[in-house]
Amino acid sequence: MTVGDTQSTIDAVWRLESPKLIARVARLVRDVGLAEELAQDVFVIALEQWPESGVPDNPGAWLMATAKHRAIDQLRRGERLEKKYAQLARDLATSPDDGYEPDLDAFDDDIGDDMLRLVFTACHPVLSREARVALTLRLLGGLTTPEIARAYLVPESTIQQRIVRAKRTIAKKKIPYEIPQGSELASRLSSVLEVVYLIFNEGYAATAGDDWVRPELGEDALRLGRVLAGLMPKEPEVHGLVALMEIQASRFAARVGPSGEAILLFDQDRSRWDHLLIRRGLAALDRAEHLGGHAGRYVLQASIAACHARARTADETNWSRIAALYWALGQIMPSPIVELNRAVAVGEAVGPAAGLELIDQLGDSLPGYHLLHSVRGDLLERLKRFDEAREEFETAASQATNERERTLLRDRAATCVGRV
Amino acid sequence: MRFMMMIKLEEEGAGPADGPSEQMMTEMGKLMDEMTKAGVLLDTAGLQPTAEGTQIQWDHGKLNVVDGPFTEAKEVIGGYAIIQAKSKEEAVEWAKRFVRLHGDDWKLTSEVRQIEEPPEDWG
Repeated sequence: MTVGDTQSTIDAVWRLESPKLIARVARLVRDVGLAEELAQDVFVIALEQWPESGVPDNPGAWLMATAKHRAIDQLRRGERLEKKYAQLARDLATSPDDGYEPDLDAFDDDIGDDMLRLVFTACHPVLSREARVALTLRLLGGLTTPEIARAYLVPESTIQQRIVRAKRTIAKKKIPYEIPQGSELASRLSSVLEVVYLIFNEGYAATAGDDWVRPELGEDALRLGRVLAGLMPKEPEVHGLVALMEIQASRFAARVGPSGEAILLFDQDRSRWDHLLIRRGLAALDRAEHLGGHAGRYVLQASIAACHARARTADETNWSRIAALYWALGQIMPSPIVELNRAVAVGEAVGPAAGLELIDQLGDSLPGYHLLHSVRGDLLERLKRFDEAREEFETAASQATNERERTLLRDRAATCVGRV
Repeated sequence: MRFMMMIKLEEEGAGPADGPSEQMMTEMGKLMDEMTKAGVLLDTAGLQPTAEGTQIQWDHGKLNVVDGPFTEAKEVIGGYAIIQAKSKEEAVEWAKRFVRLHGDDWKLTSEVRQIEEPPEDWG
């Protein structure tokens, strides 16, 4: 094996093992930033030793054992840890309940709880969204700073700073390395899920740059979501988010036409949907539903996505179920976009007049949003109110930012001219 | 990116006569669980013996259907896994872990092949 081979093996092992190493060491040293440094030290040792000695049979165990030694060294002799001890002593003096002692046996028990502690720390609401995203990709996704920077099309130094600042905030605000309990869990969990879904959406509909989809971020988010589902199998919303992402990802290939144009859901070639991901998404949704309870926002959105995924052709879509799901979604997540989508579903399930009635209730809540006008135009056209429909399509065309969409909408406006 | 990990082995004599040990099956379960929880394992299955299989051969316009067992093949595909990984090295690392858990009594090959992505989109 050449040095280069060993290097790439170590890179791969880093991605697989670093989240676990950091999670475990952080519990021991009670400092996520220090834990990451120690984990990196361990990989430097691997980089030095493995090309000579060969990659160990069980690299994960080797790294964990080495990390344990480094952590204990730090705890016993490290200068920084002396400060840490002093700090701990102060903490102990002020909070007698907190009888913390380095738990050296912690290395031998289940890694899951430590991973969860790391998840909740990296996604702590005290951090900005951007910081949570960067920290999550770095600590939990095993991505390097350059990889994150490439994915977000920003300079490496920007990501580096975000991560450094985030770690500093965690230390300064004394964020405990804990899994939130009781009533706190729900809100903290929603912060975690938000981060993962933000990453996914960045991949799904790139907000920066020209790519329509940034597949790697989508894959990273999916993987993180699946990790969360493994760590929190009893939380229906986690399975809901995984289901939503798997089903949305199943359409990636069908969303873009040969010349890079966007293809909307109803016009997609369903044979290009990824049926492995659909199957996995439906299974995840099943798990969420079996856990019961009130369906949250991700379970509801996944259920809607599943309605489309289950329909072999656009005509077979179960619109009344989708309308009901959007209604339920609107109850817990009121938004004019949700209402607009509900109007589309009602327009299909009940009829254009019913859909139009819902849209008219929206009033001016979506100014400049071209889809509102194109949906309205569509419903009016079906009601044979062609003059009004033409006006709506023209308004929509003037508001659309995408040239292809504008052309499409102008064509639709033109077909309404002179019809009665 | 996705990879298919194919498990290839001789149909007779790849491992102990009495089949996989209990310990190996436990280890296998643990690894599959780990791969699932790491978000890596998308799909996996074992395949029935080639005695139950059929080859449909096409040779320049001539169709030939041959029922198993495929005695002329030295190694046959015993199972597969579809995994999602960041790099080929990562996929190879998982494959190493998979073959290693078989211990000293087995001889088998895990072939790692990247799955072609649909053009112009995911890739």
